[in-house]
Amino acid sequence: MTRLTSDAQLERLKNDLLARSKDKKIVSLTNGTDGKTRHSQKVLQAFVEQIQKQGLADRVIVKSTGCHGFCEIEPSAIISPQQICYVSLKVEDVTEIVTETLLKGKIVDRLLYQDPHSGKKCTRESDIPFYALQHRLVLANNRFIDMESIDDYIALGGYAALARALYKMTPEQVLEEVKNARLRGRGGGGFPAGRKWQTTRDAPAKTKYVVVNADEGDPGAYMDRSLLEGNPHSILEGLIIGAYAMGAKEGFVYVRQEYPLAVQNLEIALKQAAQYGLLGKNILGSGFDFNVNIHRGAGAFVSGESSALMCAIEGLVGEPRPKYIHTSVKGLWDKPTCLNNVETWANVPLIINKGADWFRKIGTENSKGTKIFSLVGKINHTGLVEVPMGITLRQIVYDIGGGIPKGKKFKAVQTGGPSGGVLPESLLDLPVDFDQLSRAGSMMGSGGMIVMDEDTCMVDTARYYTNFLARESCGKCVPCREGLRHMLKILNNITDGRGRPGDLQLLEELSDFVRQASLCALGTTAPNPVLSTIKHFRSEYQAHIEDKKCPAGVCLELISFYINPDDCIACGLCAKNCPTDAVSKDEEKNVYLIDQEKCVKCGSCLAVCPDKARAVVKRARTPVEEKV
Amino acid sequence: MKTVLIEIDGKKIKAPLGAALLQVARQNDIDIPTLCYNEQLEAVGVCRMCLVEVTKNKRSRLVASCVYPVEENLVVKTDSEKINKIRRMIVELLYPAVPEELAQKYGPQSPRFVPEYADCTLCGLCVRYCAQIKKGNVAYFQGRGVDRHVALIPELAEECIYCSKCFNLCTGGLITGLYDKPEYQKLPSPENKD
Repeated sequence: MTRLTSDAQLERLKNDLLARSKDKKIVSLTNGTDGKTRHSQKVLQAFVEQIQKQGLADRVIVKSTGCHGFCEIEPSAIISPQQICYVSLKVEDVTEIVTETLLKGKIVDRLLYQDPHSGKKCTRESDIPFYALQHRLVLANNRFIDMESIDDYIALGGYAALARALYKMTPEQVLEEVKNARLRGRGGGGFPAGRKWQTTRDAPAKTKYVVVNADEGDPGAYMDRSLLEGNPHSILEGLIIGAYAMGAKEGFVYVRQEYPLAVQNLEIALKQAAQYGLLGKNILGSGFDFNVNIHRGAGAFVSGESSALMCAIEGLVGEPRPKYIHTSVKGLWDKPTCLNNVETWANVPLIINKGADWFRKIGTENSKGTKIFSLVGKINHTGLVEVPMGITLRQIVYDIGGGIPKGKKFKAVQTGGPSGGVLPESLLDLPVDFDQLSRAGSMMGSGGMIVMDEDTCMVDTARYYTNFLARESCGKCVPCREGLRHMLKILNNITDGRGRPGDLQLLEELSDFVRQASLCALGTTAPNPVLSTIKHFRSEYQAHIEDKKCPAGVCLELISFYINPDDCIACGLCAKNCPTDAVSKDEEKNVYLIDQEKCVKCGSCLAVCPDKARAVVKRARTPVEEKV
Repeated sequence: MKTVLIEIDGKKIKAPLGAALLQVARQNDIDIPTLCYNEQLEAVGVCRMCLVEVTKNKRSRLVASCVYPVEENLVVKTDSEKINKIRRMIVELLYPAVPEELAQKYGPQSPRFVPEYADCTLCGLCVRYCAQIKKGNVAYFQGRGVDRHVALIPELAEECIYCSKCFNLCTGGLITGLYDKPEYQKLPSPENKD
C-alpha cells in the first residue's frame, strides 16, 4: 500500500480498484458474529476451495462480509452481478452454487428465501419482505464490503466524504452541514449532534478529543456491533471528519471487550487507514493530523454513560460524575470532548457526500434520517432493521418482522433497552421517532426493540429490567442505588405472591424519587420499565397483588402444574422427565400425579406430554388445586 | 476572580464565578443539609441531600449544590416541598445510619424500608479521606450497584487503628470497627510463618 497524498490519488485508487474487479463475479457471504455461530467460516472455506477446484479463482472474488441484517437466515450469500441471494447455507450447498450459479449462471431454486406468508421465492435480497420496507443507508454497504478490506470501502466511494471535507470545505462548512442535516445522537439521548460539535469546537482549549461510544450494552441490541464488524471504515471516516470540523487531533474508540470480532476488525481498519495515509500525520496531504486509539471496555453497562466512559478511558473506575459543565466543554482530562455513538458517526460521511438537504428529506419533522433497530424477542423475523424515522411500530413488527410466532397475540414491545419502556398494542400505530417514543413513556435508546407476546408477564418484565439496572448501576448515588434496591424488593415480593396493598403506590413514589434525584441518566431513566408497565398493564399488577395470580402464567410462585386424570394416558413421559421425582403413578387409577411439595415448576412435564393427551396443564395456583 | 450576583432564597448574594453553590450558601448562613460533603475533601454529589432548585433562563431544575458552579443571575431555592420530599426519602432509605439532626428534621415516624446497612450510608467520606488526605488508599468501594459496599485492603488494614482519622467522619459507625473484622486481621507474612 502506498500513502495517498491528495484527493486526486484517492479517486485514482478507487477507479483502479473498480477496474480490477470489473467482469468478476462476487460471492458476498455473511461471516460476522451472527453468521459464525452458524458455521459461516466453514461455508466460506468451502467456497474458496470449490472455486479453486473448479478453476474459477481468477474470475470470482469471495468476500467475507458482516451481517446484512436478517440474521435469522444467515449464513447467506449474495452472488453478483446477478444479485442472487441464497440463504441458510450449509457446507454441502456450496458445490452446487459454484457449478450451477457461478459456472452456468443458473439459479439454485431450493436455496432461495421462501416467504412463509405468500410462499413466494425471493431471488434477490430486496425481494425479501424483511428488507422491502427498509431504507438501508448506514447498513447498506455491509453486504458489499469484505470486513477486512479498506479497498472494498474505497471502491464504493469510501473516504470520498473525507477528501471532500479536507479539500473542498472549511471546518466551519462541515459543521454547518451536519447542523443543517439536523442529525441527532443515535446512542439514546437524541441530542442534536451539530450543536454538540459546535460546543466542542467553540470551547477555549487547544487540545480537543473526539470519541466513539461503542459500549453497546442493552440486552438484545447489536446494531453497533454489526456496523463495527462489517463496516468499520464508515465510523472511522465520520470520526475523522468530525475531528477536522472540531479541531481535534486525537480520538478514541471505546469498544466492549465482549466484541472480539469488532475489536479485531477495527484494529485492522486503523492499520490500513494509516498505511494509506488516511490517519496519522498530514492526512491525504491536506496538512491535517489525526490519530485514533482503541480503548477496550471492561464490561460495565454504566460505562456507556458519557462521563463514566471518559473516566474509564482516563484509567479511573468507570463511574459517572456530575457534569454541570458538559463533557463537550470539559471531558477527557478536562479537555473539550465530543462523544458520539457508532451509528451517529457512521451517518456523517453520508451527510457530507449527499448533503444536508438530501438527509433532511428522510424522516420526520424533528427526527431526520434512518435508525437501525435490533428486532428481537417473540417475533417471526429476527434481525437488524434500518428504517426511516416515522415508520410505525406496526409496520416494523408486522410488515418487516412478520408478526408473532405460533399465532400468539402481540402484547407489548420494549424499546430503548433496559431504561426504556414498554408500549402496548394500542400504541402500535405510533410513528417511531425520538419525541414520539419519549412522549409515550419510552425512548429511542440505542435501538433495541424486544417484542413480547401474550405469554410474557409484564410484572416479571419490569422486575427483570429493574434487577438488571440495580446491578449495573454504579451504586454511588443514593436514589439510584437505594431506590432501585427497594423497588426490586417490592417487585420480587409481588412476583413471589407476597405483594401487599399499597405496593403500587410505593413503587410509583420511589420511581418518582429515583427519576428526579439521581445523578446520571441511568438513574433518571431507570424507573421507565416500572412506570410504563404500571401505566399500560395496571390490572396485571393488581392480579398479582390482590388475587395472587399471574395471568400470563410466568411467575413460578403463582402457578402450578397439574395432570388432568381424565386426559392422562399413563404414558409415563412426564415422570421420566421430571428432575425432582415429583411425578408418580397412582397404580389404582392408572394415572400420574404431581406432588406439589416436590415440584419445582420447570415445566418439563408440560413440554413432554403428548399432543394426543394434553393432560398436563399450567394453572393459576389456587388452594383447590393444591389439595389434588 | 470575577464576581457574580446570584439570589438564594430571595437573598441577593455576591459570589465568585464558578464557586460551589453549597459553599456560597453556607458562607451566607443559608444551611443546606449534606451527608457526603466535607470541606476538606473533593465534593462528589452522591448523597443528593444538597439538591436545590436553580432557575436559569426561566428553566428550573434540581442540582447537587456541592458540585454546582455559581454563575451570573442564578436564582436558587434551597427549600421547597419538592426538595424536602426528596430529602425525606433519602433519610428514610438510609435510616438509621444518618446523623441525628438529619433524622430528626427529615426522618420518618415509622420507616417503611429495611436498610441494607444499618451503620453505613455509603457516603464515601472514609474512602475519600483515606485516598485524598491520608493517601493511604486502604478504604475503598467494592462491588457496584446494590452490591456496593466499603471494604479495606486486607494487607493494609492493620494500619487503621493507628490512624483512625476517618472514624470521626463516619455517621453510621461502620468504619470504626471494620478493621477489626477477621478478614482484616494481620495476614501471615513469610517471616511470621513459624
